[in-house]
Amino acid sequence: MLTTVQDLGRWGYQRVGIPVGGPMDVFAHRYANALVANAESAAALEITLMGPELEADQPTVCAVTGARFQITVNDVAVPLDMAFEIPAGSRLRFGARGAGARAALAVRGGFGVPSLYGSRATSLLSRIGPFGGRALRAGDVLPVGDTPARQAVAAAAAGMALPPGGARLRVIQGPHADRFEPASLDALYGARFVVTPQSNRMGYRLEGPRLRQAEAADILSDATPIGSLQVPASGQPILLMADRQTTGGYPKIATVISADLSLAGQLAPGDWIEFTPVTRAEAVAALKRQQAQLEPRP
Amino acid sequence: MPPIRIVAAGDAALLVSLPQVIDASLNAWCVAFAEAVAERYGAGVRDAVVGYASVTVYFDPVLVDPEWLERELQDLAARLPATAVRSGAVIDVPVLYGGEMGPDIADVAAFGGCAVDDVVAWHAAVTYRVYLVGFVPGFAYLATVDPRIAAPRRATPRLAMPIGAVAIAGGQTGIYPDTTPGGWNIIGRTPLLPFDPERESPSLFKPGDQVRFQPITEAEFAAFPARGSR
Repeated sequence: MLTTVQDLGRWGYQRVGIPVGGPMDVFAHRYANALVANAESAAALEITLMGPELEADQPTVCAVTGARFQITVNDVAVPLDMAFEIPAGSRLRFGARGAGARAALAVRGGFGVPSLYGSRATSLLSRIGPFGGRALRAGDVLPVGDTPARQAVAAAAAGMALPPGGARLRVIQGPHADRFEPASLDALYGARFVVTPQSNRMGYRLEGPRLRQAEAADILSDATPIGSLQVPASGQPILLMADRQTTGGYPKIATVISADLSLAGQLAPGDWIEFTPVTRAEAVAALKRQQAQLEPRP
Repeated sequence: MPPIRIVAAGDAALLVSLPQVIDASLNAWCVAFAEAVAERYGAGVRDAVVGYASVTVYFDPVLVDPEWLERELQDLAARLPATAVRSGAVIDVPVLYGGEMGPDIADVAAFGGCAVDDVVAWHAAVTYRVYLVGFVPGFAYLATVDPRIAAPRRATPRLAMPIGAVAIAGGQTGIYPDTTPGGWNIIGRTPLLPFDPERESPSLFKPGDQVRFQPITEAEFAAFPARGSR
């Protein structure tokens, strides 16, 4: 079981090597917060593959989005993608999971765990965040805070995008694409890659055609944005995700667009990926459309 | 200004790239540029991260138009002189070299065809620049190591480096802040904690700082106050 507290990430400290962290599926996180009338920055839980059982000691408004878990409150089924109130003493249980790999659980008021460097996100690699930067365990107590409220969203216009065994991810080519042989760029866009079991919050190791560079294998270390497809000497790309390190010495052939990161965050080992190049203008338009779904409608 | 290229790194970051060499004055320009970016832009520009010879500017593309930001950064770069420097701190790092604390020092000596004492002397003789901090919190990439002792990475990395391990890989030297895997050659250990989340300034190092290593004895090492563990 891997359940962690996340908010939208720890910005401003990458210069000293502190990773941004945050949810693998940012859309699910923001959607869950919007459903319970939290600011998008409120801390919520990220639940991976298998979910916890939680007890509320007070009446609490909750919402679960993302992967299609069967949720029960006191053994009664509760819908996803909708705010619901549970009475004091209730048990919320995550059961079997359908599509998707990760869910977000938001409570009205947000989780009031301590902030570290301006964020409640958990970076497992660096052990920074609530509870000493670790995954939650049985017995942990999560206070519910009083994050300022906003107008709730009844439902997102298009709902969750979840991979049916795989995903097409749009990318912007580069920043180091010119180091690669043209045949490798063709291979990147023409082939299917598989998410290997050596994948986690830091990134997904992919298996597929070898991407060859025309030049020497390493670059001088530089910053590593989320969604970067970095290619070590093996030629097998690594898709960098939420808990990635802040810098790296492998060239980056392409970068998954922000709007598709949430879909990427729902992938699990065994899933396939196909990459498609788009322009930055298309990428920004897609992100704006996605975020507009979470605005309350009149 | 030095020659720069600005390239999209996805839709939410811009890579400002200089000639890709390890050069103190190019890196100093990067540090000054990153600080100028951080000072100039408010919400929407989230971070400016220095590499050896690059600065990556992170932004929210919903709030900030990427094309506009590219023009802004070009403009800012043009106005920042090639000699722009923000002075960093000078940090002295005590090191117990060799013995149990430096299990690879003999290998480095063999690489250089010299004595272990020479490795210590030539490592401690240089004032290193912090080019960037990355890999894990508080890991400073320091250069440039005397070529005579610039032993390459080990063929088989260790699964867990000791905290405070002082190590060399080619022209770079560094101090491991955490028990991560590592392939660098360990020549000594410092009693200092490069990264401490409890400390007001959690990382001892930031880009642009200068680092000097000071050889100390076992007795002096033992006399350091026991540091908190991670």
